[in-house]
Order: sequence, then structure tokens, then C-alpha cells
Amino acid sequence: MAISTSIWIWIAALLTLSIYSFLYKDNPFYKFSEKILVGISIGYTVSIYFHNTIIAKVWNPLVHDHNFLVIVPLILGLLMFSRLFKGKAYLSRIPIAFVVGTGCGMSIPSSFENLFKQVQGTMPQVFTIGNIIILIGVLSTLIYFFFSVEHKGIIGKVTRVGITFIMIGFGAAFGATIMARISLFIGRIQFLLGDWLGIIS
Amino acid sequence: MKKMLITLFLFLITMSVVFAETDNTLIPVIADSSDLIIDEFNYCGIESIEVKDAPNDDGTALLIRWEKIKDVEEFDGTYSLYRINVETGKERRIKELITNETEYTDQGLYRNIAYKYYIVAVNNDFQISTVRVYTEEITTTPNWFKKDKIILLLMIIVYILMIVLLVHTVRKGKKLFLRRLAGIDALDEAVGRATEMGKPILYIPGISTMSDIATIASLNILGPVAKKVAEYESRIIVPNRDPIVMTVAKEIVKEAFTEAGKPDAYDDNDVFFLTDSQFGYAAAVNGIMVREKPATNLLLGMFYAESLLLAEMGNTIGAIQIAGTDAVTQLPFFITSCDYTLIGEELYAASAYLSNEPVLMGSIKAQDYMKAIIICFMILFLTVFLTNGIINLFTDADIGFFDGIMNVIRFVFNT
Repeated sequence: MAISTSIWIWIAALLTLSIYSFLYKDNPFYKFSEKILVGISIGYTVSIYFHNTIIAKVWNPLVHDHNFLVIVPLILGLLMFSRLFKGKAYLSRIPIAFVVGTGCGMSIPSSFENLFKQVQGTMPQVFTIGNIIILIGVLSTLIYFFFSVEHKGIIGKVTRVGITFIMIGFGAAFGATIMARISLFIGRIQFLLGDWLGIIS
Repeated sequence: MKKMLITLFLFLITMSVVFAETDNTLIPVIADSSDLIIDEFNYCGIESIEVKDAPNDDGTALLIRWEKIKDVEEFDGTYSLYRINVETGKERRIKELITNETEYTDQGLYRNIAYKYYIVAVNNDFQISTVRVYTEEITTTPNWFKKDKIILLLMIIVYILMIVLLVHTVRKGKKLFLRRLAGIDALDEAVGRATEMGKPILYIPGISTMSDIATIASLNILGPVAKKVAEYESRIIVPNRDPIVMTVAKEIVKEAFTEAGKPDAYDDNDVFFLTDSQFGYAAAVNGIMVREKPATNLLLGMFYAESLLLAEMGNTIGAIQIAGTDAVTQLPFFITSCDYTLIGEELYAASAYLSNEPVLMGSIKAQDYMKAIIICFMILFLTVFLTNGIINLFTDADIGFFDGIMNVIRFVFNT
């Protein structure tokens, strides 16, 4: 394999190295690639929102399908711009209240449903050591998150068991995520040594 | 409160029994006896097949059940379930059945269209039996209510009532006890440290949207923190990933500075939007950390894969870091690289504790009581489970009473 002759591969490789240069210290190369990343991502997002929201969900339904119901969310969206006018900035609270209210309202039943599923999943059918550990672990962890009592006496002992279970869980999650990150790093190194420099096939 | 919990417990048990689902009687369609001739290629092995409308759905599913002939020799082939659209006459194989299956829910159907089903046997040479056992025609029916979620609805009603009651209690002036959290106690120290060092405080409200509960909790904490910053005449920097979160954060910080009597100290440019991109945001915040060198980093809200990048950078610059999130997968990173971590629900409790809002205090208390109910049920379940298990280990006695209790508890949490 030979060194890449593609200009895009070279740009990607040099930007990768610029980001990695931050491991040494903050430098102009990192600042340059950071600004490119932020700038491009904003430009890309604006373009995506314009095509997927303004055109697809406002312009087309309004102009082509004559669906005038979209005027309601359109007005709510436009109210966000009221922040640009000092005296009328309070109007932007209306769409925010709508978003927060809808989000909270929708999450209540689903949160309860998830909670119930978790509780039911903790109630095993078969009597095994593993199932007993699960029950004790969930119970002690739940008591750890009980804020109405101090962690003293018997409650303190139970919560210590609970926090031990939590930390074991976190340890496992930590290990699994680190493995995933290492595989991402390997992917980048493969790109640099393979696609760019052609050292490995 | 004890009386309330006992009443609630009895109420739930009663409701469990009242709403216990009885299986709807099916109308079996027995196959014509002439169809049941068993020979080498003409094998079916299905005695009856029946179809009914799937309960508690939006009218897009049907439930098909079948029974096998008990006295025929073992069939080692497979079965295929076919659907017929009665209007168009089109047939479609919808499922390859493994031999021990006895029911299947066909989803994604159209309302007001009649369907019919049949099963055929397929032997190991992929020959399809000519014998077919049909169901009767049926159309789907949508249901107004999901009856199987009635307990869920009752629990939500009970929970909301508890919140209303507790908010009312707090508003009347009664103090509700919430235990102190180490992370909250450290907040004062962290803000004071930043002031002493003459460095800013970096507040990262997570990267999620306003509809995320963790973001709302984070913004509830932002208010008291910003007020403290204003009182100490320090500086707070709030970079945002979501434009709506940024708008709310601006309002909160501005209001906090006004409440502290320092409206002129508020700088609108310190609460700003960075980018929508997850890693673009992480790169930019890391840059801010290195250049502004904040004395304190507060990472509170919803975080994803960028959590370690942010927390590790904060650790490198020597900032005191207080983190809090309900993202279970990111908590290990905060625990390892931050000085204090608010784990899961502690974030919500912190927002109630710091803001001292009656609604938040009431809801945290109600959450606690809800947890108490679940803990009671689980302790009861664990006790019965252990007793039943130990008895079964040493004796052959089959105690149905214990199974009954466990099934009732399972049913209460059945969604």
C-alpha cells in the first residue's frame, strides 16, 4: 500500500493529528481544528434544520398542501425571535413553556412505565442465588436513594451495601465503555497508518 | 402518613384483584376432520386454530392461537403461518413457527379490513402439506383504553395527589426533611474558592434538550448557583448546546443577578450557544477550560460520550469539579474524575434543596413516599420469596399461598 494521494484523506489525517496535539498542550493547530469543527457543525445543523424543518414541515404543508394548522407551531417558533426586541423578550417564554410542559407531560407515563418494568423485572420466578442477589441489590440501592432519612444505624448499613452494588455496576460500565473508546482509537490509528500512510493494509 | 401508606397498600391489592384480567373465551374453529389425515406428505398436526382481536391496542393487531394434535407421532418439520387479506385475496407467509409455539400476535394490520389465517406444515424436504387449517374472518378493533395499564394510571393519580398534598403542606410553612448531600455542601466552598482565586465558574448544563428532566433539574440548580456567584461578585460562564436551553439559562442567570441586587454585573455574553454537534461542543468547552482556567467546573445535567472528555480536562486544569447526571453509563467517569458526584436522583434532590421551591420539595418528598411504597412491596416479596424457596429446598411441600402473594405483587407492577 502506498501513501494516499487523496486531498480529503490528507485533510482528515492532518485534522486528526491537530486534535491529538492537544494531548501535549493547547496550540494553534488545535485551536484551528476546534474552530473548524464548531463552525462546520453549526453550518451543517442550520442547513439540516432549514431543509428538514422549514421546508419539509412548514413551507411544503403550507404552500403545497394548504395545511394551515402548521401556522400554530410556526408562530410559536417565531416567538423565539422576540428575544431580539428588548420590550417583547417575555414572549419567548410562551414557546419555552410549551416545550417544557409537553416534555414533562409526555415523560410522566413513560417514566412510570419504565419504573414498573424495572420493579417487575426484579421479581424473579426461580429461587436461585443470583436472583436473591439481584433482589437484595435493588432493595439496598433503592434505600440509598431515599432522602427522607439520614444514613445512620441500620439504614446506614443497608445503604453501604447499596453503594457497594452501585460501584460494582459502575465499574462494569466503566470497563465496557473504555473498551468501546479503545476500539474508536484503534479505528483512528488504522485510518492514519492504513488509509493515509499506507503502512498497514 | 403510616395510615395513608396502609390504605394505599390495601387499595392497590383490592384494585389488583378487581382488575385481574380474565382470559377472553376464544371461539375455536375446529378443522374439518377430513383435513386431519396424517400421511407422509399430507401432515398438518394442527387440531384447531383461532383468531381474536388483540386486546388493549390501537386496532392494528390480531392474536392467533392454535393447538396441536396430541396423539400423533412427533413431527420434526416446521409450521408456517399464512395471512389472507379477504378483500384482495392476497396470501402472505408471515411467520415460520417453531414447533413448540402456540400463539402469535400479528401486528401492523389495517383497520376495517378482514383477515383470515391458516397454518401449513413443512417437512424437512421443504414439502408443504396440502392440509390447511383455517380461522374464521376477522377485522381488527381499536380500543379506547389500555385496560392493562389501569394500575399504572392509579399509581400516577396517587403520586400526583401526594405531590399536591405535600406542596400544600410546604406552602403552609411546614419544613420537610431532606438529608444533606455532600455535593450540595461543597457548592458554597466551590463558589467561594473561585472568588478567592479571581477565576470564573464554568457551568455546563449538559447537552440534552429542555424536555429532559435532568436538564430541568440542572437549570433549577443554576439559579441558586448564579445568585451565589452574583453575591460574591464572581463570574459564571454557561456554554450551551441547545438554543432553547440557552434561552432559559440566560433568563435564569439574569434573574439570579437581579435577585442578588447586582443586575449590572450580569454579562449576557457569558451565557452562550456553542454548537449543536456533540463532539464539537466537547472540543469547544475543553478549549474554554484551557483558556479561561475556571476554578470550579459544575457539570450538571444530561451527558453522553463527551462526559469523560469534559471531566478529564477539568481535572487536568486543577479545577474543583462537581458533577451530577442521571445517565447511568456516564456516572463512572464523573466519579473517577470529579471531586463530588450527584448520582442519579440526587441531582433532582439537589435542585429541590437549593431552590427551596415548594413544588420541587413536595415532588421530591412524594418521590420518596413512592419509593417507600415500592420498598415495602419488595421487602414483602423478598420475605415470601426466601421463605418459599427455603421451604421448597428442604421439603416437597407446594405452598400455593406464597405463590399467590408473589403473583399479586407482580400483578401490581404489571405494565
